[in-house]
Amino acid sequence: MNAWPFVIAAYAITLAAAAALTLASWLAMKRAEK
Amino acid sequence: MTCTAVPTLHALANPARFVAIARPATPVLLGLGIVLLAIGCWAGLTRTPPDYLQGDSVRILYIHVPAAWLGMGGWSGLAISSIAFLVWRHPLAAVAARAIALPGAVFAAVCLVTGSIWGRPTWGTWWQWDGRLTSMLLLFFVYCGYMALARADAERGGDGRIPALYGIAGTVLLPIIRYSVVWWNTLHQGPSIGLTRSSIAGSILWPLGFTMAGFTLLFAGIVLMRMRATLARLKAEARMRRMARS
Repeated sequence: MNAWPFVIAAYAITLAAAAALTLASWLAMKRAEK
Repeated sequence: MTCTAVPTLHALANPARFVAIARPATPVLLGLGIVLLAIGCWAGLTRTPPDYLQGDSVRILYIHVPAAWLGMGGWSGLAISSIAFLVWRHPLAAVAARAIALPGAVFAAVCLVTGSIWGRPTWGTWWQWDGRLTSMLLLFFVYCGYMALARADAERGGDGRIPALYGIAGTVLLPIIRYSVVWWNTLHQGPSIGLTRSSIAGSILWPLGFTMAGFTLLFAGIVLMRMRATLARLKAEARMRRMARS
């Protein structure tokens, strides 16, 4: 079985979740500190 | 903890002093975290050989293990903050516990999802009710329960003791997750990475150090941002109350 589609899906989900969490936290902080 | 460390921690727990330290620390943690993460992911995807049994799916290791570490480490931080809140009654400890909850839940969920994706080509199944997977799923639900409880407590003007007690009680899951692969011989592999030695070849293992450090710094940066947001909101609310009284 070609594992690359699984590897790419796992990395995409992880990095998207980390980026969304970072961005949401940064926006919430900027909004609160304004 | 030494006797001199406690007064130092108390001094740092002053919200104004904390924000003065957190403000320059946040971009450093985030920047360094992203650089280390980029190096680790690049190396894990392109610089390491495939495993002789698992093939290329072993590359999921570099994101799955840090997610598991942060899911469990996050709850440890939440529990330590809860203990500090109950012992010293310092509101900054409660702010820290609540700031950790969402990132901890997200990384616990990432651990479950990446583990499931890894399981399909390796075990032939997306999910199995084995000790490790089930206990990690329970940790995710316990995080969700903490967030709901902390929100309800804040909305009802509670003193924060109930979420703190819940945070401490939840630590019972951590040794169960850690030793689940030892106590129950099921689908998930046994412990392969220890503090001093690993059963994984060094040629495959080395990018894990970068992604572990990268995700940990990113997690710390996210927690600082969430704490700063909460402190700024509390400060604004206190100002509004003062204005309403005068």
